[in-house]
Amino acid sequence: MSEGLFSKKNIGLLGNPIGSNNPITVQVLGICSALAVTAQLKPAFVMALSVTVVVAFGNVIISLLRNTIPNRIRIIVQLVVIAALVIIVDQFLKAFVYDVSKQLSVFVGLIITNCILMGRLEAFALANKPWPSFLDGIGNGAGYGLILIIIAFFRELFGSGTLWGYRIIPESWYIANGGFYSNNGMMILPPMALITVGVIIWVQRSRNSKLQEK
Amino acid sequence: MDTNGNKYTFIYASAMVIFVAAILSITALKLKPFQQKNVAIEKKQNILSSVGIESTFANAESIYAERIVNSYIVNFSGEQIEGNAFDIDLKTERAKPEADRKLPVYECKTDEGIKYILPMYGAGLWGPIWGYVSVNDDMNTLYGANFAHAGETPGLGAEISTKAFQDPFKGKKIFDESGNLVSIIVAKSSENAPAEHKVDGISGGTITSKGLQAMLLNDFTSYKAFFTKKKQ
Repeated sequence: MSEGLFSKKNIGLLGNPIGSNNPITVQVLGICSALAVTAQLKPAFVMALSVTVVVAFGNVIISLLRNTIPNRIRIIVQLVVIAALVIIVDQFLKAFVYDVSKQLSVFVGLIITNCILMGRLEAFALANKPWPSFLDGIGNGAGYGLILIIIAFFRELFGSGTLWGYRIIPESWYIANGGFYSNNGMMILPPMALITVGVIIWVQRSRNSKLQEK
Repeated sequence: MDTNGNKYTFIYASAMVIFVAAILSITALKLKPFQQKNVAIEKKQNILSSVGIESTFANAESIYAERIVNSYIVNFSGEQIEGNAFDIDLKTERAKPEADRKLPVYECKTDEGIKYILPMYGAGLWGPIWGYVSVNDDMNTLYGANFAHAGETPGLGAEISTKAFQDPFKGKKIFDESGNLVSIIVAKSSENAPAEHKVDGISGGTITSKGLQAMLLNDFTSYKAFFTKKKQ
């Protein structure tokens, strides 16, 4: 092996998707699930974890198979690998963490259609060795998950006054109980998730000059 | 080796599909007992929750055995018929004509006497919704309710499974003063309806709320003869 397991290049594979090459805020992939499952923190977290597992193992499998896959059916092969992994994850969630699986409902199945997965398999795993592919998968899953959790944090806090289901904003502040505060109903609707993503992109671009277009 | 030839591509695709199918079948078969057990425990938790008994995944079965003193099936004309109430699949029953439907009833012992628990099944926005409603022995006043869903939107329609939505059902009436079946109206607070038949719907979850209202009306109608019989 010519380079170490955690060489600078490999660490970059892990770190870049979290920051300057984030799949959601920079590549603008996987937006649909970022809007759908982020009304509360807990489903967003489990979704992030599931996507990370699927993209990491999908990357490894495609990378191992990369020299045998017929070029004309490579997209189908990728889809079969992703779909199989997602179904296995879904079955395990149903068998061992039943309550979380119920909360995520259809969105676990919809990981199959997440553009990040196909994007990584096609753009990275088909041309790289298993270990870098694994790191790339973990990095992209984490980059996706980080944004989901940030959005869910603001949506649940201002939309429901709770975090992870626990009450943060005291009941006594609410107008119904004689206080001055009211939840923002907009926050639990999908459009607010899009606006939150927009704000995150704005903040990231204003701080990172490499991302600014001339 | 030519990985782009037709022969290779066909063999590759076939082998891959068979291999993946085998792996998925094995996973599904091996995990099925765990999943079915989870579903049965959850059903017991839901039944108990409709009379306000909170149970955990671990103790649900023992509490159920202690509290649910009787369960049976009735038909559309309110007569008791043979069969095990817990094994009834509401989805297949809903597909039958009203007169042939098997309607499960659970009797639960509580501190305030015997409550009758009736399962409900209907359609939300994305998929089925279902639940359990408990009725006092006057066969009119609701004692509690528990609702669940397959795929309603988290934070919107999925709120039907929260306590905040279910608690207001307690004390609502199914029949009006002259004995007509009104069921429960799920609507926004500005909508005009008698308070004893009305609970607040969910903002952003109108289709789920209306689906739930239709489910209650539909299923209370099926149980109407049973109510009448019990009242006498």
